[in-house]
Amino acid sequence: MSISYIPGNGSSSDLSGTPGIMHHHVLSVLVENRAGVLARIAQLFSRRGYNIFSLAVAPTDESRFSRITIVVDVDSAPLEQITKQLHKLINVIKISELDPAESVECELLVATVNADISARGHVMELVALFDGKIIDVGVDKLTVLATGEPSKIDDFSELLSSFGIVELQRTGRVALAKLERQSNKLKNTTGRAG
Amino acid sequence: MKLTGAQALIKSLEMQGVDVMFGLPGGAILPVYDPILDSPIRHILVRHEQGAGHMAEGYAHATGRPGVAMVTSGPAATNIVTPLADAYMDSVPIVVITGQVATASIGTDAFQEADITGITMSVTKHNWLVTDANDIPNVVAEAFHVATTGRPGPVLIDFPKDIANAQMDWYWPGSVDLPGYKPNSRGHSKMIAAAVKMMFEASRPVFYVGGGVLNARASEVLAELVELTGIPVVTTLMARGAFPDDHPLCLGMPGMHGNYTAVTAMQQSDLLIALGSRFDDRVTGKLDGFAPHARVVHVDIDPAELGKLRRPDVPIVGDCRSVIEDIVRAIKADPDAYQHRADITDWVGTLKGWQEKYPLKYEQPSLSGVLKPQYVIEKLRDATPSDTIVVSGVGQHQMWASQYWKFNHPYTWINSGGLGTMGFAIPAAIGAKVGKPDRTVWAIDGDGCFQMTAQELVTASMEQIPIKVALLNNSYLGMVRQWQEMFYGERYSEVYLSPDLPDYVKWSEAMGCASFRVENAEEVGPTIEKANEINDRPVVVEFRTDSSEKVFPMVPAGVSNDNIILGPEGLI
Ligand SMILES: Cc1ncc(C[n+]2csc(CCOP(=O)(O)OP(=O)(O)O)c2C)c(N)n1
Ligand SMILES: [Mg+2]
Repeated sequence: MSISYIPGNGSSSDLSGTPGIMHHHVLSVLVENRAGVLARIAQLFSRRGYNIFSLAVAPTDESRFSRITIVVDVDSAPLEQITKQLHKLINVIKISELDPAESVECELLVATVNADISARGHVMELVALFDGKIIDVGVDKLTVLATGEPSKIDDFSELLSSFGIVELQRTGRVALAKLERQSNKLKNTTGRAG
Repeated sequence: MKLTGAQALIKSLEMQGVDVMFGLPGGAILPVYDPILDSPIRHILVRHEQGAGHMAEGYAHATGRPGVAMVTSGPAATNIVTPLADAYMDSVPIVVITGQVATASIGTDAFQEADITGITMSVTKHNWLVTDANDIPNVVAEAFHVATTGRPGPVLIDFPKDIANAQMDWYWPGSVDLPGYKPNSRGHSKMIAAAVKMMFEASRPVFYVGGGVLNARASEVLAELVELTGIPVVTTLMARGAFPDDHPLCLGMPGMHGNYTAVTAMQQSDLLIALGSRFDDRVTGKLDGFAPHARVVHVDIDPAELGKLRRPDVPIVGDCRSVIEDIVRAIKADPDAYQHRADITDWVGTLKGWQEKYPLKYEQPSLSGVLKPQYVIEKLRDATPSDTIVVSGVGQHQMWASQYWKFNHPYTWINSGGLGTMGFAIPAAIGAKVGKPDRTVWAIDGDGCFQMTAQELVTASMEQIPIKVALLNNSYLGMVRQWQEMFYGERYSEVYLSPDLPDYVKWSEAMGCASFRVENAEEVGPTIEKANEINDRPVVVEFRTDSSEKVFPMVPAGVSNDNIILGPEGLI
C-alpha cells in the first residue's frame, strides 16, 4: 500500500499562484475537427481581448470532432460574452462550462530537476508521494512526471522547486463533467423531499 | 457529369441564383474566368478590387440578395479586405471568392501568395480554403447559407489554382451540413410576453430601430406595431428608411449627430425597445450615461449582442420580423391589457414640443452667396422621386445626407456605418444600380471620398450603369477639419485638399461621365434637373460648398448624450 498525497484545503490551489481562482473558468468546447479551428479560436480570444490561461486540444472518440479545454481568465471579459462569441464560430458545436465542483479535472506535468547524490533520495520520495514517475535519469538530474488534479500538480511543482527546476512543462488541464452518482429516479425523490 | 473545378464553381454560383458578379482577374483565378464566358452570369469588370467588394455590398443592400465578388490571389485578395471588414460591421451578406496559389505551393511564399483565410478570419463570418475539387458545390452552398442566414455577413472562399483545374463529378447538395451553425429565428414566447407587459407599463417608451430590422425585411410589420402602440421611433444610421421619416411618430436619427429630439427621447426614456440595434458607441455616447432611467427590451438575431454593452431586462434572441410579428399577435390576443396600458400622450406631446423647439437648422445666406451643403441635399431630395436610392461616403456629407433626406421607404439609404469606410459611395452606388436598374441612384460623396474610389466611374461608364453623383466639394477632409476646429483649437493639420485640384469636372468627363459644376445656390435646382434627365451615362455634379460648415447637433466623443451641442452657439 502506498501513501500518496491528497491536496488539502490549505494547499496553494489557485491556478496563477496568486489568489484568484474565482476568476478562472473552464470551458469544454466541442469543435469540428477541421483545419484552422484552433487558429479561429485563438484569434477570437486575442481580437476580443480575452485571455487564455491554458488550452488543451485533442480529437475525441469520434474523429469528426475535437475537444478543446480552455481555462479562461474571466477578469478580461464576462464569461457569457466569451461563450456567446465562441458560439458564433461556425465550427464550434457545443460549449460547456465546467464548474470545478461538478467536474473532474486532470493535468500532467513533466519536470527536470536538479538531483545530485545528496538530493536524489528526497526527490524520489516526493515523486512517490505524488504517485509520480521518474521518466529519465541523468548524472545529477532527474526528469519526473505526475498527473492529477491541477491543485495537486501546483503543489508538486512548488515542492519540486526547492530542488531547483531546470525545465518544466505542464499540459494545461483537461476536464469532463462529473457523472451522476444517483439514478434519476432516486434524485427526483430526494428533489421532491427537499 | 465531369467538370473542372472552375466550371463547378461557376455552375454552383448559377445554382445559387447569382445573376451578377463584380471582379477582376489575375494569375491564380485565371481558370475560373474561362467558364464565365459561357455562363449567363453577368460579370462587371472593376478598376480596383475594393470597388468589387463595395459593389457587392451595394447590390446586397439594395436587393437583399447576397452580392458576389471574385478577385485573384495576393494583392487582389488583400485589396478586398476593406469591403469584407465593412460588410462584417454592417452585417451585409456578400460572398467573396479569391484565387489562391496551387495547394502544393501554399506556405512557400509563392508568387502572389497571401494567407487570406488567416488575414480575413476576424472580418468574415466564416471562410473556406477549398482543398478538394469534390468539395466545391458543398462549400459554395455552405458559404451562401452562412452569409444569408442568422445575422448576415461576409464570407470568403479561397480557391487554389490546381483545384480549379482538377476534375470532379458534378452534384448539387440538397442541404448543408453544418452541425455547429443553427441560427435561431423565433423569439421565446415568455420573453415576448414580458416585452409586451413592459411596453404597456412604460410611460416614456421609445423604439430604438437598427439595421437588423432592414435585414429581417421587417419594416411593414414594424409600422403595424407602431400604429398599434403609438410608441415613437428612432432610426439609427443603419436603419434610416426602416420607418418613414414623414410619419408623425418618427423622431429620426439618434446618436453623435442625431437630432435633439431623437437623442433626448432616448436619454429620458423609461423603456427602450431595441430592435436589431446594437448600442453602438456612436449612438450611446458615454455608455454609463446613456438612457439612465430606461429598462431595455433587446431583440437581436445574434445572441452575443444581448448584454454585450447594455444588459437588457428582456433579452429576445430572434429574427426581428418574426419577433415583431409575435409581439403584434400577443398584443392583439389580450385586448384587456391593451385597454389598460399606460397613457403615453404626455410623452408624445413632449416630444412634439421638442421637435418644434429644436429642429435641425442651417442658413443658406442668399442665392448668390456661399453654398451650404444642407441646401444642396434638401434641393436634391425635393427634385428626385421618393424611392430614390441614396448612397453616401463617410464624413460630414454623410451626416448631412442622413439628417436632411426624408427616407420614406426601406432600402433607400445605403452607407458605411460601422466601419466608416471613405470611398464607399461610388462603388456601392454602382452595385445598387445594378441590382435595381429601374431606380434612380444618387451617390452623395465628399471630395476626399471621391478621390479614393472615383475610378469606378470608368467601370460605370463602360458597363452603362448610369448612377448620379452629388459631390459636395468643401476642399477639405471636412469631418476631420470639424474636429480640429472644435477640439484642437483650430489647429488644422493635414486636412486641406484644394477646391480645384483635381478638376473634378474634367476628371469626370475623362471617365465618360456627364459633369457639371455648381458654385451658388441659384444653380442648384436647374443643374439637378439637368442631371436627372441624363440616363445614358453616369453624371457627376460638383457642388462647391462652404468649407467652414459644421455638422450639428453633435455629442462630442466620450461625453454623455445629455451634453448635446445644438449649433455653433454652443451648449444647451
Ligand atoms: C478610409 C478612411 N480613411 C480615413 C478616414 C477618417 N475620416 C473620416 S471622415 C474623413 C473626411 C472625409 O472627407 P470628405 O470625403 O471630403 O468628406 P467631408 O467630411 O468633407 O464631407 C476622414 C479622413 C475614414 N473614415 N476612412
Ligand atoms: Mg470634403
